[in-house]
Amino acid sequence: MAVHNYIRQRFFPHLWCPGCGHGTILNNMLRAVDELGISKNDLVMVSGIGCSSRISGYVDFHSLHTIHGRALAYATGVKMSQPRLNVLIPMGDGDALAIGGNHFIHACRRNMDLTAIIMNNRIYGMTGGQFSPLSGEGILCTTAPQLTIDRSFDTVELALASGASFVARTTSFHVREITKLIARAIQHKGFSVVEILSQCPTHFGRKNKLGDASNMLEFFKKNTTPFGSKAKQDNPELIERGIFRELDIPDYCADYERTIQKAQKGKSS
Amino acid sequence: MTQDIKFIQGNEVCVEAALYAGLDFFAGYPITPSSEIAEHMAVRLPGIGGKFLQMEDEISSICAITGASLTGHKAMTATSGPGFSLMQEALGYAIMTEIPCVITNVQRGGPSTGLPTHGSQGDVNQARWGTHGDHAIIALTASNHQDLFQITVEAFNLAETYRTPVILLLDEMLGHMREKLIIPKVDEIPVVKRLRTAVPDGVDFHPYLPREDGRLPMSDFGDKHRYNVTGLYHDMWGFPTSDPQVIHGLIHHLMDKIENRVEQLTRYKEYFLEDAEVILISYGSSARSALHIVKNRRKRGERLGLLELQTLWPFPAGLVRRKTRQADFVAVVEMNMGQIVDEVKKVVDQHKRVFLVNRVDGGFITPENIKDMIRLIQGRGV
Amino acid sequence: MSRTRLIFSGSGGQGLITAAIILAEAAVIYEGRNATQSQSYGAAARGGVTRSDIIISENQIDFPKVNNPDVLVCLTQEAYNATYGDIRPGGLLLTDPHFVEIQTKADARQIRLPLYRAIMEQIGKPIVLNICMLGALQALTGLVRQDSLIKVLQTRVPGPFLEMNKEALELGRELSE
Repeated sequence: MAVHNYIRQRFFPHLWCPGCGHGTILNNMLRAVDELGISKNDLVMVSGIGCSSRISGYVDFHSLHTIHGRALAYATGVKMSQPRLNVLIPMGDGDALAIGGNHFIHACRRNMDLTAIIMNNRIYGMTGGQFSPLSGEGILCTTAPQLTIDRSFDTVELALASGASFVARTTSFHVREITKLIARAIQHKGFSVVEILSQCPTHFGRKNKLGDASNMLEFFKKNTTPFGSKAKQDNPELIERGIFRELDIPDYCADYERTIQKAQKGKSS
Repeated sequence: MTQDIKFIQGNEVCVEAALYAGLDFFAGYPITPSSEIAEHMAVRLPGIGGKFLQMEDEISSICAITGASLTGHKAMTATSGPGFSLMQEALGYAIMTEIPCVITNVQRGGPSTGLPTHGSQGDVNQARWGTHGDHAIIALTASNHQDLFQITVEAFNLAETYRTPVILLLDEMLGHMREKLIIPKVDEIPVVKRLRTAVPDGVDFHPYLPREDGRLPMSDFGDKHRYNVTGLYHDMWGFPTSDPQVIHGLIHHLMDKIENRVEQLTRYKEYFLEDAEVILISYGSSARSALHIVKNRRKRGERLGLLELQTLWPFPAGLVRRKTRQADFVAVVEMNMGQIVDEVKKVVDQHKRVFLVNRVDGGFITPENIKDMIRLIQGRGV
Repeated sequence: MSRTRLIFSGSGGQGLITAAIILAEAAVIYEGRNATQSQSYGAAARGGVTRSDIIISENQIDFPKVNNPDVLVCLTQEAYNATYGDIRPGGLLLTDPHFVEIQTKADARQIRLPLYRAIMEQIGKPIVLNICMLGALQALTGLVRQDSLIKVLQTRVPGPFLEMNKEALELGRELSE
């Protein structure tokens, strides 16, 4: 299968638990890259720390596995210095929105042509199952033995409010949608956010009696609906999927090119 | 032959020298007393097709320059104490991943918000020990604009040569004062280019396999060699490892590439050391006051000398030991509670003849301050 | 004199730091001498005490601060009160009666010039007070040539304001006579 061309076999087996949603996301992310026909040399994957962030090591691109929460900041330096490169940033929910929350909102605002993929399993898996800013209330985890009281961010709302020009969401159940949305996000000129709800049966599902991986996927199937659907009106509890915004506005590097031209024109006159 | 003479602030000297050294990428966050570096970069970079980024904080600034360096660009960030504290984790990342970059810290009084508009040399030990885990670091400083230009270019050169972040320690006094600078002609100061691998496409490139001379050729992100960069202990391909032998090899490599080359990395200046009974050791702007008093006292027949350190880390232990051997006592002049003085005590044979001559009230240490303290040490009273 | 130490002191917004830079730059760029200029200030961009230290010398300048100035310019009472006692015996102390009541006990050549009044009457723009002061200081001390100052103004002052600055410089010179 084509995705094998993009895998660093020597890095396998991967460290994800059986039933984890992240492998599904990796698979469909690679299908998107394959569909677009992007050369491996033109793609940089930048990640932070966490289960999701290990993805960068498994792929045969230029891969930069950085520090917790700062992947977008490193990616900003890569893209700004070499705008021709495609830069993909897979992040976990804690990585992107807790420790990395500030970088996330500023990356949205700056609208540099980066593709942020937030693999949201609502838990810190690598450190043993602590709650994240996307866990929401009433969740049992190792740092909330009496259930969480922290309220959750809505990634899509946050990205929209912060000015991201492409915002989408899907789940690890909707595999073709993952490929479609990531491909659209990569093609989009500007900052793209794709949130993908992913299952962590080990730390989230088990503790919260959500069953095994297939039960959790079942949940994604039953509790989500396409953006703007009638189903959402009937049942406001449903989580919407799809593209929430796709705005054609100048990206940061293009604007900076104009800054360079202005400065150089000023110099010669 | 006309000289290009400027009358500018130390912070601007740092910018001009960085450009001379080939910098074309800067990311930073405003903070007193370093902000003029960002401001001048914002003026100068677009005009030469370079990139300037004002980031959301100091953490993202150092991350951005590290990312830019990986695509083959010479990059720097500049900050002051609180920002330098924020950068420490990412500094460790650049050390671990061996990515060349320069971090300028225009020191102000600390801890915490401290004294934003007053000078200090309180971050010397932070430059050495601020990030976690064993590591080696190069930190340079200078006391006047002409030297600062030279040292800034060298900071970039050493960063490239040893594939490491280099810290440039300025202070408020030096950063804000203006004095004459003669811009060196092209090629007057050698500029070290990025060493890129000659390994052809299709052949394995080992980004973390040092050559016999210890240097590690790089390949730009986006070029033909795709490799992994990680802050985890890694093998010669850049892949994470828990193999004790590989871990052992990497930590030793990171230490040795700097600590085994102290002599090559040492930059210093000396004044009247041959027959000096009292040797002052100083660095950065406080060395100006030390030099003033040394010249002044020499005129009156007192045998004072000055050893001005420009390389602070790795600490030039051998140099200090050699140069201070004949002195009755050694006075370390610095604007902190005693940071370099401890290093000096470690390396001289009788540490009881080493004294701290300091000032930490926000005021710039004066020749008078130094003179009075030396007289006290000599038992002559002020 | 091979070395002249100056302090310009007043309040933020009077342009004294700019004046200090212009003077020192004139000495360095157009007269081949060495100079240092440093300053101390607080967080406020306007108001508060500002002070700029300048040393102009034929030789290398190590310590860049001035403890005892040969030339002291004070343009607020607060600045005057804080620094007049530091002047070297026989030094030049320039003030403007609009801002400063002088103490007779200062051991210096105290010169009071109505810089502010002259500027307001003849140019009407207080922004060039600092340049007027420089014009007077230049004429009183001969520290740098007037044309060196004009050359610096030409590089630093935007075109439309250059004439006004040159006028202020000349006005200062006239007042000093």
